[in-house]
Amino acid sequence: MSSEPGGGGGDLQTPPTGEPLAADSTAYAPSVAERLEIYQRAGGIVTPVITAVFAFFMGGMVVLATGHNPWKVYQGIFTGSGLNWFFHVGHHSITVPFTSHHVWFPWNTSIQSNAAYNLQQTLILTTTLILTGLAVAFAFRCGLFNIGGQGQYLIGVITGIWIGTTFPHLARGPHILLAIAVASACGAAWAAIAGFLKATTGAHEVITTIMLNWIAYWIGSYLFGQGGPLQNSTNPSVPVSDSVVNSAKLPVFWGNAALQGLHIGFFIALGALVAFWFVLNRTTLGYEVRAVGFNPEAARYGGISVARNYIVAMAIAGGFAGLAGVLDMLGYQYRFGVLDVQTSQLGFIGIAVALLGRNKAVGVALSALLFASLLYGTSSRSIDQTVLKPELAGNLTLMIQALVLLFVGADVLIMALWQARRRVLPRRLKPSPPASETA
Amino acid sequence: MAVRAEPRPQWRGLTPRETGVLGILLGCFAFLLALPPISARAPWWPALAGLAAIGAGIWALTSGVRRIGWFAISAGILGTVLGVLATNTAASKLDYVVSWTPLFTAMFAFATPLTFAAIGGMFSERSGVVNIGLEGMMLTGAFFAVLGADKLGNWSLGLLCAVVAGGVAALIHAFVSIHLRADQIVSGTAINFLALGVTGYFFIQVYGDNGTPGSISQVPNVNIPGIDRIQFIGDVFGHLNLMIWLMFATLIVSYIVMFRTPLGLRIRSVGEHPRAADTVGISVYKTRYGAVILSGMLSALGGAYLSIGFLGSFNENMTAGRGFIGLAALIFGNWRPFGAFAAALLFGFSTALSFRLADPWPSPSVLFQALPYVLTLIAVVGVIGRSIPPAASGRPYRKQ
Repeated sequence: MSSEPGGGGGDLQTPPTGEPLAADSTAYAPSVAERLEIYQRAGGIVTPVITAVFAFFMGGMVVLATGHNPWKVYQGIFTGSGLNWFFHVGHHSITVPFTSHHVWFPWNTSIQSNAAYNLQQTLILTTTLILTGLAVAFAFRCGLFNIGGQGQYLIGVITGIWIGTTFPHLARGPHILLAIAVASACGAAWAAIAGFLKATTGAHEVITTIMLNWIAYWIGSYLFGQGGPLQNSTNPSVPVSDSVVNSAKLPVFWGNAALQGLHIGFFIALGALVAFWFVLNRTTLGYEVRAVGFNPEAARYGGISVARNYIVAMAIAGGFAGLAGVLDMLGYQYRFGVLDVQTSQLGFIGIAVALLGRNKAVGVALSALLFASLLYGTSSRSIDQTVLKPELAGNLTLMIQALVLLFVGADVLIMALWQARRRVLPRRLKPSPPASETA
Repeated sequence: MAVRAEPRPQWRGLTPRETGVLGILLGCFAFLLALPPISARAPWWPALAGLAAIGAGIWALTSGVRRIGWFAISAGILGTVLGVLATNTAASKLDYVVSWTPLFTAMFAFATPLTFAAIGGMFSERSGVVNIGLEGMMLTGAFFAVLGADKLGNWSLGLLCAVVAGGVAALIHAFVSIHLRADQIVSGTAINFLALGVTGYFFIQVYGDNGTPGSISQVPNVNIPGIDRIQFIGDVFGHLNLMIWLMFATLIVSYIVMFRTPLGLRIRSVGEHPRAADTVGISVYKTRYGAVILSGMLSALGGAYLSIGFLGSFNENMTAGRGFIGLAALIFGNWRPFGAFAAALLFGFSTALSFRLADPWPSPSVLFQALPYVLTLIAVVGVIGRSIPPAASGRPYRKQ
């Protein structure tokens, strides 16, 4: 009976009558989709906010315990991330696109503005994190936990570098489109391996995506490494790829292209958010994906092919991550090295982005912005050395990210706190019934 | 049955299973033939042995021994290909790469942290808690071992610190995933990041830019007197690190505990069917807590071996995925201690080989490091006999 992969839907606590648990060989870590229900129930935007506040608070405690001023540190990170740009309101102007007209604008978009520059960098990272976040979120909505965002991202990076460096005679538009299309397709194919294995043999996607991550890691180390096929042709002792040729570089629409301005990939990421929402909520495909995510057994009874949806959902997820990789290459990094392969974390951060954003488009966008500001605000290029060493700050980011994940996982605790508050203050919250269904 | 072909049916001494094992050995032998001590230079030697291995594999397969049969066939194919390749390479390069003593010494050195992590993971997963956080617990152990050995001046206290720190990291995972019934994979991922952040932060805070001092008390090597006179064994086992011997001991003890004691039975029952275990009076929560904390401690020992046993220093993210290879070894070894150990040896050997290959062939040898993951992927998928996890692994338990 239980031949369908997916760890069996229905009630976790009581195994199906008669059939012992042991017979279900796919039960290694149950479908995460059951937990979705709790996420949805746990009070709208409140839990993610509490989660983030908690994580920042605990991170601040560590900073305090090691003799730094957490308030100043967070202020420094905020300034470093360029988010203060929004608070510098004044009389400025921007040009209307395709014309020479100037119109009034409340914020200073000048390249000379420090805050504007920092904000551009933060938004570049937001672009990547939105896409790696979507890679986790989309699979999650199908009941799959895609830990392989990092590997799919790397595959996107590799393909992007390959296309971006090899066809020097292509015109700009086709070159960029070719790179983006092929890299997303490769990312999709890489992820689809895990989906395919889950659909056909029931191999748990967490294990397969972890393995695929590390395979991608070593493939990248080989390709960009010394003597590797994608290593640069000029300096054979440096394990870094060639630079992407000019015809493949994405146009920069805000800031100085020579100083890493904000590239148009940002709009592609925003478009991906819309596509994510549209596909999930307005198409048959999305309906099927969500149905499988809620309960694969029930979906199968309803005539939905669970196996096909696993493969398609993973492929779409991998496509997002591959897109993130190629946009990074064509947008601002232009080259990639073995060291980058080994230190890159953006695919993993996507997990925290998606879970904090509750696998919804808007949530992913907001938490991507949060993590991007945190990431850029603590990088050695932006944080004030006198406030906190950048090396320390970078690790603080990792800690906060881990705490976010812990508290997202410990939603029971957060919910208990939230409901305890309701019990303490029952009068003020009377109109909304507790734990109402928002789905 | 009615198999009347080559392996003579009247000879009843060899079961299909034994034939399969023989096939695996033959496959390895096919490759060995072409390597230094024998160094056959004609390509048909390894090909012959390889074909015999494939034949044995096919016979085992047709007789119903699938896992070992497939193993024998793949060993035969691999042995043939590698053996024929080896006969075509320059003898001097072969002699350099395949010098058995350093290869085996390095294999044990690389396999030790993997085995610790894998056995740790076995306890956790056998009790029903998926532990993706092995990597993080290992890293925690690596850092706190250095910190303890440096500040308290003694490697044994360093090990103690590592074990305690790894236990605490595991306790967090245990609390979140057992009591709070969080998703165990989210929680494990969190532990990995937490360890990365905490060790990195305190490493910079304590040691700054200079790195760990060079004078840290290290776990000593064990010199066995007299064994040096035995040729190969003396060289390999004569001067192994104390931690490697500790690993052997842990392996045997954990096998006995897991499969020969009531405690092990409890752990396994909690992982297979917690409700039934609870009904007969076994505390699911306590057992799981114990198993998860133990897994953290063991992984931390693996990390401690890396930092104060092998290198004598710490740097950020020094485990670099070894916890995940440990997890891979656990899965490849089918959640059993000796299976995991064999997988760890295999992965350790492939790492050792890739390091030695790096000299004549620097570029492709890097790809060799992906071998553990590819093999594990194949093992999980079940082409060569499916790896089957404990039934309740990953499922939070709610007491009624």
